[in-house]
Amino acid sequence: MVVNYNINLLAEAKASYTDGGIFAEFAWIIVVLPFLAALLITFFGKNLPLKGAEIALGSVFFIFLYSCILFYLNITKGVASEFFVNVGSIGSFQIEFGWVVDGLSIMMYFVVGTVSLLVFIYAINYMEGEIRYTFFFTSLTLFAGSMLVLVSAPTLLQLLIGWELVGVCSYLLIGHYWEEKENSSAAMKAFITNKVADVGLMIGIIILALTTGTLRISEILYQATHDYEAIKSVAYIAGILIFIGAMGKSAQFPLHVWLPDAMAGPTPVSALMHAATMVTAGVYLLGRLFPFYQGIAHEALDVVLIFGVITLFSAGLIAIVQDDLKKVLAYSTVSQLGYMVTAMGSGAYTAGLFHLWTHAFFKALLFLGAGSVIHAVHTNNMSEMGGLRKEMPRTFMTFIIGTVALAGLPPLAGFFSKDEILASLNHEGHNFFFIIAVAGAFITAFYMTRAVLLTFYGEYRGHGHPHESDSMMTTPLMVLAFFAAVAGWVNIPGIYTGFTKWVTTRKNGIIEHHPESFDYFALFSGLFAGLAGIGLAYYIYQVISNPENGDEKIKFQPVWRVLENKYYLDDFYFKYIVDPIKITFAKSVDKFNTEILDRFINNFGNVASFLGRIVYDKLDQGGIDKALNLTSTGTDTLGSKVKLIQTGKTQQYIMYFLTGVIVISVLVLLVL
Amino acid sequence: MSAQPFLIAAAALFSMGIYGILVRRNAVMVLLSIELILNAVNINFVVFNQMLSDVLLNGQIFAIFVITIAAAEVGIGLAIVLMLFRNRQTANINEFDLMKW
Repeated sequence: MVVNYNINLLAEAKASYTDGGIFAEFAWIIVVLPFLAALLITFFGKNLPLKGAEIALGSVFFIFLYSCILFYLNITKGVASEFFVNVGSIGSFQIEFGWVVDGLSIMMYFVVGTVSLLVFIYAINYMEGEIRYTFFFTSLTLFAGSMLVLVSAPTLLQLLIGWELVGVCSYLLIGHYWEEKENSSAAMKAFITNKVADVGLMIGIIILALTTGTLRISEILYQATHDYEAIKSVAYIAGILIFIGAMGKSAQFPLHVWLPDAMAGPTPVSALMHAATMVTAGVYLLGRLFPFYQGIAHEALDVVLIFGVITLFSAGLIAIVQDDLKKVLAYSTVSQLGYMVTAMGSGAYTAGLFHLWTHAFFKALLFLGAGSVIHAVHTNNMSEMGGLRKEMPRTFMTFIIGTVALAGLPPLAGFFSKDEILASLNHEGHNFFFIIAVAGAFITAFYMTRAVLLTFYGEYRGHGHPHESDSMMTTPLMVLAFFAAVAGWVNIPGIYTGFTKWVTTRKNGIIEHHPESFDYFALFSGLFAGLAGIGLAYYIYQVISNPENGDEKIKFQPVWRVLENKYYLDDFYFKYIVDPIKITFAKSVDKFNTEILDRFINNFGNVASFLGRIVYDKLDQGGIDKALNLTSTGTDTLGSKVKLIQTGKTQQYIMYFLTGVIVISVLVLLVL
Repeated sequence: MSAQPFLIAAAALFSMGIYGILVRRNAVMVLLSIELILNAVNINFVVFNQMLSDVLLNGQIFAIFVITIAAAEVGIGLAIVLMLFRNRQTANINEFDLMKW
């Protein structure tokens, strides 16, 4: 049974918004389709001409088209609607699944659809000839599908299921080349780090569900914005716990450690994971529950802000010292996620989602560009690249567009979204955080310029002759470059602020400051920070030292070492968490296991086998089998005795016969 | 006319047949002895028919049946003996122990 709730009645949206009509009603198709596609690929994929990739591509293409339609509907009319399917109840809790079709989820559908489509096209070429090609596309399709389950969730339960599915798929994809221990450990690390965070999310969800008596997000938000006492009393703790969940998926300090290691997966996975699926989930969750945070959990929002700021700054610094091109981008993602979370924390809902939106395109572009480079030179290390701008012009041009977008120079996408975050920090009066965020912009520009200079300028330092990738790989790059250039124009203060409307079709009482025009102080701070970063990087890597020498001359030893060791955070985790667990806890558990549980089970087994032996010997062999054997041997001996009268001599037989006749006759005569 | 002499003759014939079956070693002689027994029976059929004055002549008819069957039986029996003789070069009935276990 499908129930449709028009949000207009439920959550105070403006009456001008529609319920999306038939397209919203059938939006479940795009959630279910990837799972069907994954099944089909699993069973029939290997026999198809493209080994299953065509099914994956087809399903993603459909998702892309459908999300375009929804996106168009949302732009023109605004859509806010949600659908529930009741599958049962536990006590007073209704177990419901369903799908949300409102501005926020449509934005996510579009991002997932677009980025997935381009990444899938790219992956068909990139993964050609790799092992487990078909399985890779199964997992990749499932990955996109899980993200759609997550973003379409109208209940916290479905959200949690999607959340975990994303985690499992990421495990499969990061560990795609599991033959090498390093890769499977990276997958394990990602999974366990996420799991630690998920515990927070799960407890948070349980707390919210128990205090509100419902799992529906819209009802929880309604209670949060209408002075319900029960939810107010747990708002802070629930807010923090749910944010811990978001910290895991969105790689916030100090749970970001899995994300750089996740580079062990194939590059298309990194692109998908960093742009559209997985890491955006945490920011999406904060956005989805934003009215709750802003309404009654604003103390928790301060914590969110602090962690966001720490993340954006610390991760950016690490990105400076990385030699692995993909890791530079990975830390850059962590840093940019820090920006999004900072925006959410400072109360700027639209700014955070806007940065998610622009970041999705230019980060996917950068990752696919890096993949194209890695495909050509067969190494991840920038110290073995250099001078590639001549050999790979298209990759170079698109990579430059991505870099400029990320560094935040106008008029590309990153400029507008970063400016909006800075403006909201400035507006809220977080002066200290504002300065750090500006410094973060400086760092961003610095490490991206460094990466570009080391990769594309100077002389080639690697082996072999790199050449430009196939058009199947460069076309997605160009499409993404287009998006990276223009995605920011949908929200220009004072000129066109469509994006603000798109993501707030359901207002739920969100109060936001929307400047009528640019905040010129924030704008020029960000811009100058970006330019300064680019300039300094150019000065260091082109003027003082040339790319051939790489980082040699500018290694400020102590600082450099701290950064190269990622603030010793991994060491800390290993020394104080993993190892103690491994050495003491795991060992004692092992001891308990072998000495008590195993002994018990062994004894149990021994007794059972002893009993079995007795039953076998006495009952089976001694009783039943013996009886059967006796029957047969008895018959046998008797037969061998009796057969002796069968002499084969006819006259003897007649003799017996006659004797018998005579005896019987005599008897008959005597008796009668 | 009393039936007794006929019955005594038939019994004598029967006994001779039994004796022949039991002691003769030659298979052909055994077959001949069987014929004697059959003819003893035939005599009994005819005699009892006459004694009972059966107008339907059941006894005689049975005697004719027995003769017919005896002829057939001798035909088959002699053929078997012939085949045995061909295979074993003997007609001694003690040599034929095919039915021994």
